[in-house]
Amino acid sequence: MLYRSRGAWGQCKFSAAAVTGRKKQALLNQRVALKLLAQGMNMAMENMLAAIGRWLTGGIQSAGAMTLLLVNILRCLVKYPLRWRLFLQQMYLIGLKSQFVMLTTGAFVGAVFAAQVHFQFVRLGMQSAVGPTVSVAMCRELGPVFCCLLLAGRVGAAMAAEISSMKNTEQLDALRALGVYPVEYLAVPRFLAMLVSAPMLTGLVLVVGIACGYLIAVPVLGVDGAYYWDNTVKYTGPRDVLIGLSKGFLFGIIIAVIACYKGFNPSLGTAGVGRTTTEAVVVASLTILISDFFFTFILNSLFLGRV
Amino acid sequence: MSKILEIRNLRKSLNGRAVLRGVNFSVSAGERVVIIGRSGGGKSVLLRHIMGLLPPDAGEVMFQGVNLAALGEEALNPYRRKIGMLFQNGALFDSLSVGDNLAFPLREHGGFSAADIGARVREALEIVDLPGQQQTMPAELSGGMKKRVALARAIISRPVLMLYDEPTTGLDPIVADSINRLIVRLGDRLNMSSIVVTHDMVSACHIADRICQLHEGRIYYEGTPAEVQASRDPVVQKFVRGISEPQDAIV
Repeated sequence: MLYRSRGAWGQCKFSAAAVTGRKKQALLNQRVALKLLAQGMNMAMENMLAAIGRWLTGGIQSAGAMTLLLVNILRCLVKYPLRWRLFLQQMYLIGLKSQFVMLTTGAFVGAVFAAQVHFQFVRLGMQSAVGPTVSVAMCRELGPVFCCLLLAGRVGAAMAAEISSMKNTEQLDALRALGVYPVEYLAVPRFLAMLVSAPMLTGLVLVVGIACGYLIAVPVLGVDGAYYWDNTVKYTGPRDVLIGLSKGFLFGIIIAVIACYKGFNPSLGTAGVGRTTTEAVVVASLTILISDFFFTFILNSLFLGRV
Repeated sequence: MSKILEIRNLRKSLNGRAVLRGVNFSVSAGERVVIIGRSGGGKSVLLRHIMGLLPPDAGEVMFQGVNLAALGEEALNPYRRKIGMLFQNGALFDSLSVGDNLAFPLREHGGFSAADIGARVREALEIVDLPGQQQTMPAELSGGMKKRVALARAIISRPVLMLYDEPTTGLDPIVADSINRLIVRLGDRLNMSSIVVTHDMVSACHIADRICQLHEGRIYYEGTPAEVQASRDPVVQKFVRGISEPQDAIV
């Protein structure tokens, strides 16, 4: 190409033999470069595949280990007498101390959702349908998902941080050395408290969300209160509430197991506690969001018969 | 004397490195054995195997005639309650007060009334020269005090065998000496056997009935403190006198 751009072959000062030689060399160079490029791409591809593979196997491995931890917790729940003091302490930390956060979450999610739905529905003249839309959405999706995402951030993080720093300071080993099984002592009370608290907090979010939706739609945006409430009650059944609470319960299990697992298997060192905590929250939140999709279908068919 | 603990051919690799390559030794009732060796040489790993905190790759840990290495995590618990362990940094439960830390093993093992527990806690704190500290939180204690509280917690249920992981590391010589004296006094008073892991030759000579040197994953030398001091073996000499060679830099 180089030679052509310079003009005709005849203008070239080199002899014909030299030209062929250079051309050959250029071709050779090109071939080597292409080969190196291909090799590089191969290596990059291999690295990428290896990374994906590692990520996948790592994910499957931890999912398996988490399932085993869940089974272990359930076994300990049956085998050992419950530590009431630790359980109530966790109930206080998870359930009672989260109430303010949940009240705020429920109130604003309900209010914003009611306002947004109203802005759209008012154009269709369907203001009175805002009520059931808000209440069904709060019950089935917004309530449990928002509640448990916040719970993962607030409580899941604390659990993972506490257990992982106990591990880093040899306190878990001290527990074992004193003849106490850490899963039974640490994980069981947290798991059980989460199991009880998560649906209760979800219930709180539902109620507050629906109430605040009403407060925004009726007094502020001027929807007729009687129609609003009548439709809300008419189209929201026990089934919707049950789906919401069941989701809260299932998400509670997810948060507790992931937080405890990350706590028991932390990254080492002081920075490790931070990383462990972040991982616990991220993994728990993603698991909640993804499993929500599946739970929606499963629970919908499970509670199909109920109104 | 009857043997309370016997370790046979214990092997363990960590992260692909052979840390213990066939350790054999035993401890008689009431005996104080000090294990010396270089940092990173597997002393603490050995101690963790005795407590069952790490599973060995091969070998036996016979405690009172039972092979602890063959037992699962929960099956170990009854035996662990007969063994006390002092961790390097104390490992006190920082969410519990000193009194609750000490009462923890008694409450766990059961069979003690509240008055019993209170009395025992008081007594244990007196033994370690920290009377009346029941309400203090671990975070408020100095390093030496933490170790003494941890020691009190380890001995409160009267173990027959006590394991000390570097009891004097990080303490000033005077506090270290007080811990050494405490270890000797406790052994005599409660008639416990003790295994002390350390790289501090002063405390080793002070405490030991017998010194074992762990070298390259095996017990390299055994003898009384006097024998160790007088030994002409170059490896033992080097450790006792603290002489380094260029290739010994850092493990």
